[in-house]
Amino acid sequence: MSVVSHTVQHATRSSRIGVALIAVTLIALALAPFWGDRQTLRLLAEVYAFVALASLWNLLAGYAGLVSVGQQAFVGLGGYLLFWLVIVLGVHPVVAIFVAGPVAALIAIPVAALTFRLRGAYFAIGTWVVAEVFRLLASQISVLGGGSGISLPAAAVIAMAPTRQAREFEIYWLALALTVIVLAAIVALLRSRHGLALTAIRDNELAAQSSGIGVFRIKIIIYVLVAFGTSMVGALIFLQKLRISPDTAFSVNDWTAFVIFITVIGGIGRIEGPIIGTIIFFIMRQTLSDLGSLYLLIMGAVAIVVMLWAPKGLWGLIAERYGWQALPLQRHLVLKPTKTSGRPS
Amino acid sequence: MPDPLLDIRAIDVFYGDFQALFGVSLRVNAGEVVAVIGANGAGKSTLLKTIAGLMHPRGGDIVFNGAPVGNAPAFDVVKRGIALVPEGRRLFPSLSVEENLLIGAQSKRPGSWNLARIYELFPVLAERRHLPAPSLSGGQQQMAAIGRALMSNPSLLLCDEISLGLAPIIVRDIYARLPSIVGEGLSVVIVEQDIAQALKASAQVYCLQEGRVALQGEAHELTRERISAAYFGV
Amino acid sequence: MTEWLNIILQGVLIGGLYAMFAAGLSLIFGVMRLVNIAHGDLIVLAAYVALMVTTSLGLDPLTSLVLVVPAMAIIGYLLQRLLLNRTLGDDLLPPLLVTFGLSIIIQNGLLEWFTADSRKLQAGAIEVQTFQVMQGVWVGALPFIQFIVAVAVIAGLQQLFYRTALGRAFRATSDDQSVAQLMGLDTRHVFAMAMALSLAVVAIAGVFLAVRANFDPSIGPARLIFGFEAVIIGGLGSMWGTLVGGVILGVAQAIGAQIDPGWQLLAGHITFLVILAVRPQGLFPKVSG
Repeated sequence: MSVVSHTVQHATRSSRIGVALIAVTLIALALAPFWGDRQTLRLLAEVYAFVALASLWNLLAGYAGLVSVGQQAFVGLGGYLLFWLVIVLGVHPVVAIFVAGPVAALIAIPVAALTFRLRGAYFAIGTWVVAEVFRLLASQISVLGGGSGISLPAAAVIAMAPTRQAREFEIYWLALALTVIVLAAIVALLRSRHGLALTAIRDNELAAQSSGIGVFRIKIIIYVLVAFGTSMVGALIFLQKLRISPDTAFSVNDWTAFVIFITVIGGIGRIEGPIIGTIIFFIMRQTLSDLGSLYLLIMGAVAIVVMLWAPKGLWGLIAERYGWQALPLQRHLVLKPTKTSGRPS
Repeated sequence: MPDPLLDIRAIDVFYGDFQALFGVSLRVNAGEVVAVIGANGAGKSTLLKTIAGLMHPRGGDIVFNGAPVGNAPAFDVVKRGIALVPEGRRLFPSLSVEENLLIGAQSKRPGSWNLARIYELFPVLAERRHLPAPSLSGGQQQMAAIGRALMSNPSLLLCDEISLGLAPIIVRDIYARLPSIVGEGLSVVIVEQDIAQALKASAQVYCLQEGRVALQGEAHELTRERISAAYFGV
Repeated sequence: MTEWLNIILQGVLIGGLYAMFAAGLSLIFGVMRLVNIAHGDLIVLAAYVALMVTTSLGLDPLTSLVLVVPAMAIIGYLLQRLLLNRTLGDDLLPPLLVTFGLSIIIQNGLLEWFTADSRKLQAGAIEVQTFQVMQGVWVGALPFIQFIVAVAVIAGLQQLFYRTALGRAFRATSDDQSVAQLMGLDTRHVFAMAMALSLAVVAIAGVFLAVRANFDPSIGPARLIFGFEAVIIGGLGSMWGTLVGGVILGVAQAIGAQIDPGWQLLAGHITFLVILAVRPQGLFPKVSG
């Protein structure tokens, strides 16, 4: 008889090719200021922001099962924290991004304590109420322009970099770095012990609970971490825009509807989904945006069709068809039969 | 021989990839009581759920009253005259006792069963008609579940584990009323763990073992040895 | 003193409208555990249907209900039968995301069709009629009618739920879908009837909304939130609770607006959050009625 030894591997052949491709792409993107024009840089920075936001929402909804339609609360919070830190406290804008994250995470704790009292779909609307409260509160802050918003003071902008070009490069690299950090953190989290617990929760919450996984605690941690990342991305988005107002900062369309469509179309509950989804989203936007509101209508319809007929999204279809994965996340049991002397069983 | 009321021909039933029934055939004639016995997991409840339309066979046919019903949804099957008393009673907890009975008549089949006759059969239900269903005792809930199924005026009544979790005296009490239910040409399939009770109540017996019919015969002809051999697969 | 009485009374009356937003939401959640993110946009859709009916047939808004209510009920039935039934199951995501997509579709469809301009339904003389309930306390005829209609709608839903065969079917299906099927209930049809009823209530709410104030395609989500807050304040699964929830929300907003116009909505949201913090089950959780 033979005894089977096993090892657990994350990588597959496709994921090894994927990692190599990703490295090459990243280098090319990091060098974009040397090959792209201003327009391209701005577009790419926007793409990065959506990749990060969608990946964070995917972690929240697709892995932790916390379907929020109120993540604009944290995008706007990050933006407003940045403007407040810069305008009121005179903090350097880049530093302010990294302060905004932890502060928003602290604020997310009582928000979670409150909204987690709502179950399932009601949780979703509860998060929306919180975002509305944030928006209404923001419009009460007169030092930040109240309801009409405010621009970043010229002095603070110049403090970032002396020339416009240098500033734009700086913001571009910040956006790329932040998105890479967010993605790397999510991958690391999913590959950790907590990631396994998350997968267990996603697959069967009751069973996970009975096997001793602290479901509630993990969900709170994820919620707060996602708020952390979302706020930093939000801070960066409004640093790039140089202007903020309650309606743009807490827009449900921009920061939640688009993000959800991106994730659903790309493939929810898969790390690659938001990236594919963002690419499709921007292609659709560049080609259909002349249609105005019809374009949003088409997007809504596409999301419904995907949700009903391809619930794993486009990446899910591809991955299932070809067994691909771009990032080494799934665990594979590798069985190696080894010859042993015939021990009695 | 007349055509049977229910004719199950070699059905295969699956839960996903797991096969629960393998080529099971079973016939029920009009006015006949058939018992299906077998160990836990032998496929008895699956068989009843499939007849009732809650599950559908992947192979084989179910013919009822001369028409195929294998792919009919449950709400359609009950309109054709098959009523199931589900395992564990499963009364509607938000409904009163009487509402539970009334909803049984939802399919609007003509027949002689109505509230008055159910209350005549189970007088205790009349006393508690306006109480919420969960306030009944286990035995009373079983009576209500049988009453609810009868309200649809079925020509075939399927009873899943009537005795489960009930005291023997209550089980005897319920089975004692079976003849007055069957009285008017109603056919019954009972699934039971309580073999003695099942044999006493029925004419035909089928014994399932791991999803297959291991034994079939007339109740009075079957010996204890043959049954236990089929039951335990020894 | 009478100033505050007036303000609170206004709040109570607008609470009736919120209760109607809430009742439709609560109804479908009760029957099929579906939270319809497009609920607010359907209210706005009803307002536009009423606008079309009143302008093309020359009916006054209240009479237009005769057409708007059945029209919305049919839309509800078809929506559930053709789309939403496919989303029901153990997974939370499909119904949420599909109704979210629906919300975007309705909003932008209305925007495309009717533009972003504000509209209003004209109800004529009744709009300005008021009567005095006590020294210095005045009530508008229209808000009063709206509140009476809201009470009647909720009483009607309560009767329907607990006194009719359809209500019995709703409760049975909500309890146990597969046994409900064994009773001869086609649960797809039962769910579609629940959605039809929900949108019939939405139609009434939409017409009153459109008579009371200006509306445009973007105001749906806020209506969803008001309805949702009223449901949670009142307590899940309780019809009369939605009325109490709506009234509390309306009064909170009225008082907030009196303190500072910017605090109208905020006061409502904060009241909701406070109740969520201290009494998350709501004020009247699933009372017998």
